[in-house]
Amino acid sequence: MLGKLDWSAIPFDQPIPLGAALIVFLAAVAVLIWVTVKGYWPYLWHEWITSVDHKRIGVMYIVLAALMLFRGFVDAVMMRTQQVLAIHGPGYLPPEHYDQVFSAHGTIMIFFAAMPFVIGLMNFAVPLQLGIRDVAFPTLNSVSFWLTATGALLVNISLVVGEFARTGWLPYAPLSETTYSPGVGVDYYLWSIQISGVGTLLTGVNLATTILKMRAPGMGYLHMPMFCWTSLASNLLIVAAFPILTATLAMLTLDRYLGFHFFTNEAGGNQMMFMNLIWAWGHPEVYILVLPAFGIYSEIFSTFSSKPLFGYRSMVAATLFICIVSFMVWLHHFFTMGAGADVNAAFGIATSVIAVGTGVKIYNWLFTMYGGRVRFDTPMLWSLAFVTTFIIGGMTGVLLAVPPADFMLHNSLFLVAHFHNVIISGVLFAGFAGFTYWFPKAFGFRLHEGWGKAAFWFTLAGYVLVFVPLYIVGLLGMTRRLQHIDMDLWTPWLIVAAIGIAVMIVGAACQVAQLIVSIRHRDELRDETGDPWDGRTLEWSTSSPPPFFNYARLPYVENEEPYWTLKQRALDGQAPAEDEAYEPVEMPRNSPTGFVAAFFATLIGFALIWHIWWLAIVGFLGAYATFVVFAWREHGDYEIPADEVERIDRDGKAAQLAWISRRERVA
Amino acid sequence: MSDITAGSAIREPYRHGQSGAHGHGLFPATGHGKGGPASKFVTVAYGFWIFLLSDIIMFSAFFASFAVLSQATAGGPTGKELFELNRIAAQTGLLLTSSFTGGLATLATHRRSIAATQFWLLVTGLLGAAFLFLEVQEFATMAHENAGPSRSAFLSAFFALVGCHGTHVGLGLLWLGTMMAQLWVKGFRPDLLRRLHCFALFWHALDIIWIAIFTLVYLLGASP
Repeated sequence: MLGKLDWSAIPFDQPIPLGAALIVFLAAVAVLIWVTVKGYWPYLWHEWITSVDHKRIGVMYIVLAALMLFRGFVDAVMMRTQQVLAIHGPGYLPPEHYDQVFSAHGTIMIFFAAMPFVIGLMNFAVPLQLGIRDVAFPTLNSVSFWLTATGALLVNISLVVGEFARTGWLPYAPLSETTYSPGVGVDYYLWSIQISGVGTLLTGVNLATTILKMRAPGMGYLHMPMFCWTSLASNLLIVAAFPILTATLAMLTLDRYLGFHFFTNEAGGNQMMFMNLIWAWGHPEVYILVLPAFGIYSEIFSTFSSKPLFGYRSMVAATLFICIVSFMVWLHHFFTMGAGADVNAAFGIATSVIAVGTGVKIYNWLFTMYGGRVRFDTPMLWSLAFVTTFIIGGMTGVLLAVPPADFMLHNSLFLVAHFHNVIISGVLFAGFAGFTYWFPKAFGFRLHEGWGKAAFWFTLAGYVLVFVPLYIVGLLGMTRRLQHIDMDLWTPWLIVAAIGIAVMIVGAACQVAQLIVSIRHRDELRDETGDPWDGRTLEWSTSSPPPFFNYARLPYVENEEPYWTLKQRALDGQAPAEDEAYEPVEMPRNSPTGFVAAFFATLIGFALIWHIWWLAIVGFLGAYATFVVFAWREHGDYEIPADEVERIDRDGKAAQLAWISRRERVA
Repeated sequence: MSDITAGSAIREPYRHGQSGAHGHGLFPATGHGKGGPASKFVTVAYGFWIFLLSDIIMFSAFFASFAVLSQATAGGPTGKELFELNRIAAQTGLLLTSSFTGGLATLATHRRSIAATQFWLLVTGLLGAAFLFLEVQEFATMAHENAGPSRSAFLSAFFALVGCHGTHVGLGLLWLGTMMAQLWVKGFRPDLLRRLHCFALFWHALDIIWIAIFTLVYLLGASP
C-alpha cells in the first residue's frame, strides 16, 4: 500500500535532522495558523497563489529563493563547524549525515536558491524593461514557479522522511546506482530536480519567446536594456541545456528503477558518459546563472554612474560569445578522467578563451564608471565588491583551466574556493544588488540603507574570511568533502574559515533586520516618483508599484535608454506629450492551474520516490485532468475598460508628474 | 497561416500588448523587430517551436548515448539479430502517412471545415495508434526473447531512445483525442486554432525524429 515507506523512514535516532525538521514543521504550522487567524487566505489565494502576474510570480520566486538560501546557508554553517570540531576527532555529524549535508547544500544552493533568485529577478524586471504587460505565457509562468516550489518541497521533505542523496550535488554514477546507493536519497534528488527542471525549462521557453517576440513598439534588438540581452542569452541556454539534464537524469532513473545499464558497472554501462552528459548541462548552467547577474550589474553600474553603459554593442557581443562558448568547455570538470592530452588541451584553451568575454565585460563596467558621477548606494556596493572579488575567482578559474595544474588541484578545496568565489560574488551579490535595486519598484518603498550597508560589509568580510583560507588549504593538499581531519597544518586556516562563517551569519542577520526595519518604516522610505535611483530604462517610467497592467499605453522606444531620454527632454522644457485617449486593456485571468498541477506533481514525485505506484497513477490522472480543465476554460482574458485604465494610470502617475514638473521648474 | 491570422474572430487584438502580426496593428513595422509585440498566434507558435527545439535536444542526448553504447552488447544479441526491417518499414510508412493526413487536417482547418478536420485528425490518430501498436509488439517480442533493456547497455540505450519517441507519440495521441473532443464541443475557437497549429508542428517534429531513429538505429544497426 505505501511501497517502501514505513516508520523506519523517520530518523527518530538522529537528533539533528529530527530537531531541525521539528523546528521547520512548527514554524510552518505557526505561519499557517497566523494566516488563518488573520483571515489572509482569500487574499493569498486570489492575489498570490493563483496570480499569473509576472511581478507577483517574480516576488514569489525570490521568497522561495530566500527560504532556500537560508536552508543552504545552515548546511554551510554545519560543514564549516564540523570541519573545525572534527580535527583529530569525530565532530558532531556522523559521515552518513555529513555526506547528505554537503549534497543537500550544493543541490539546494544551485537549484533552489540561485536559480529561483535569478529567474525571479528576470520574471519581475524583463517585461517591465521591455515595456510590455506580461510574459508570453502567463499561466505557464505560474506553472513553472509552482513546479520549482514542488522540487524544493521534496528536497526538504527528505530531511525528515527518509534521507537525501550522499553522492554530492551531481549524483556521479556508479556511486548513485542502486548497488552503492540503495536508499531513497538519490531518488529524492532525481525527482525533485526532474520536476523543478521541467519548471525551469518552461521558464526558458517563456522568457525567450517574450524577449524575442513581445518587445514594445520601436524596441529593436539593439535597443534592449542589457539585462534583457543577458536574460535572453541565459534563457536560450536553459532551452538548450536543460533537456540534456532531463535526459541524463531520466537515464539514471531508468537504471535505478527498471534495471537499465546506462551507467552501471555491469553489462556494458559507461560511467564516463554520465560525467560527459551531466557537465554538458552543468557548465552552461554556470552561465545560465551568471549571465543575468552580469545584466544586473550592467544596469546598476550605468544607473549609479549616471552614464550610459560603456560599449553597449561589445557587451552584447561578449554576452552572445559566452552563450555559445559555454557549450564548448564542459570537459574541464574532469580533466583527470583521462581523455588524453590533446582533448584536455583543446578544452583547456576553450576555457581560457571564455574568460576573454568576461574580461570585455569587466572593462566595460570600469569604463562605465570612469568619468561618471558614481553614487555609492547599496546596489553599487555589491557591484563594486563583485568586480574586485570576481576577478580573483576568474583568475583562479583560468589557472584551473590549465590541465597539468588541474591534475594537482582537482577536487581540492582550492577548487571549492574557486567556484564559491565566482558564484557568490557573481550570482549571490548580483541577487542582493538586484533585490535592493528593484525592491522599491516592486513594493513602492526603498530598503533601509544603513542596514543594507551593514549587511554588505559583514557579508563581504565573512566571504573573504571563509574562502581565502580555503584557497590556502587547497594548495596545502586538502581535498573536498572531508568529514574529519587529521592534518595539523590545516587547523589554523579552518579556524579562520569558521570565524568567517560567523561573520557571514551576522551579515545574514543584517539582511533580515534590513527587511524588518524597512517594512516598519515604509512610510518614510516611500518612493513616490517611481524612479528612486534616477534610472534609465523603462521600468522606472511607471509608478512604484506598477499597476497590474504595467503600462496604460505601450511606450514607443527609440533607443536603449528610453526613460533617460524622456527625462532629458523634460529638463529641456519639452513636456511629455499628452497623448491620445486611453484604450481598454486585455489581461490574462488568474488561474489555479499552476498550483493544482504542482500539487499533483508533488504526489507523483513522492509516490515514485517511495514506490507507491497507485498514488503515482492518481497523480498523473490528476495532472491530466488539470490540463483538460485549463484547456476547456471559456475566457482566458478579461478586459479592463478604458476609463478604469485611465483612473489607475492617473492615480499612479500623479506623484510622478508632480515630481517631473518640480524638476522642470528647477531647470 | 496567413488566413488564420486574418480571420476577424481570430485576429483578436487582445490588446494584451499585442498589436497584430507583422505590423498590421497600431504601429507600423519598421524591421529589426521594431513592430511591437507579435500577435498571439505568432507568439504561441513561436514559443512552441522553441519548446520543440528543446525536445529535439533531449532526443539528441538519447541519440548520443545510443551512439556511445551501440557496441556495448555485453555478449547479448546485436541489432542485426533483433531488428525486423519489414516491421520497421511498416511503422515508417504509417507514421509518415499520418504526417500527411495531419497536413490534410491543417488544410481542412484553414477552410474552417469541422467535419473534414475531425475526419483527418481521426485518420492521423489511427495511423499513429497503429504505429504505436507495432512498436509495443516489437518491444514485447524482444523482451520475451530475453532481449529486454536489462540485457545490455546497447539494449538499454535502444529501448530508452525508441521508447522516448514512442512515449511522445502516445502523449500526442492523448493530446489529439482531447483536442478532437474540444473541437466537437466548442468549434474553432481561437485558442483551439493555436493548439491545432502547435499539434501539427509537434507531429511533424516527431516524424523528423523518427527518420533519424530509422536511419541511425535500424538501418545502421541491421546493416552488416
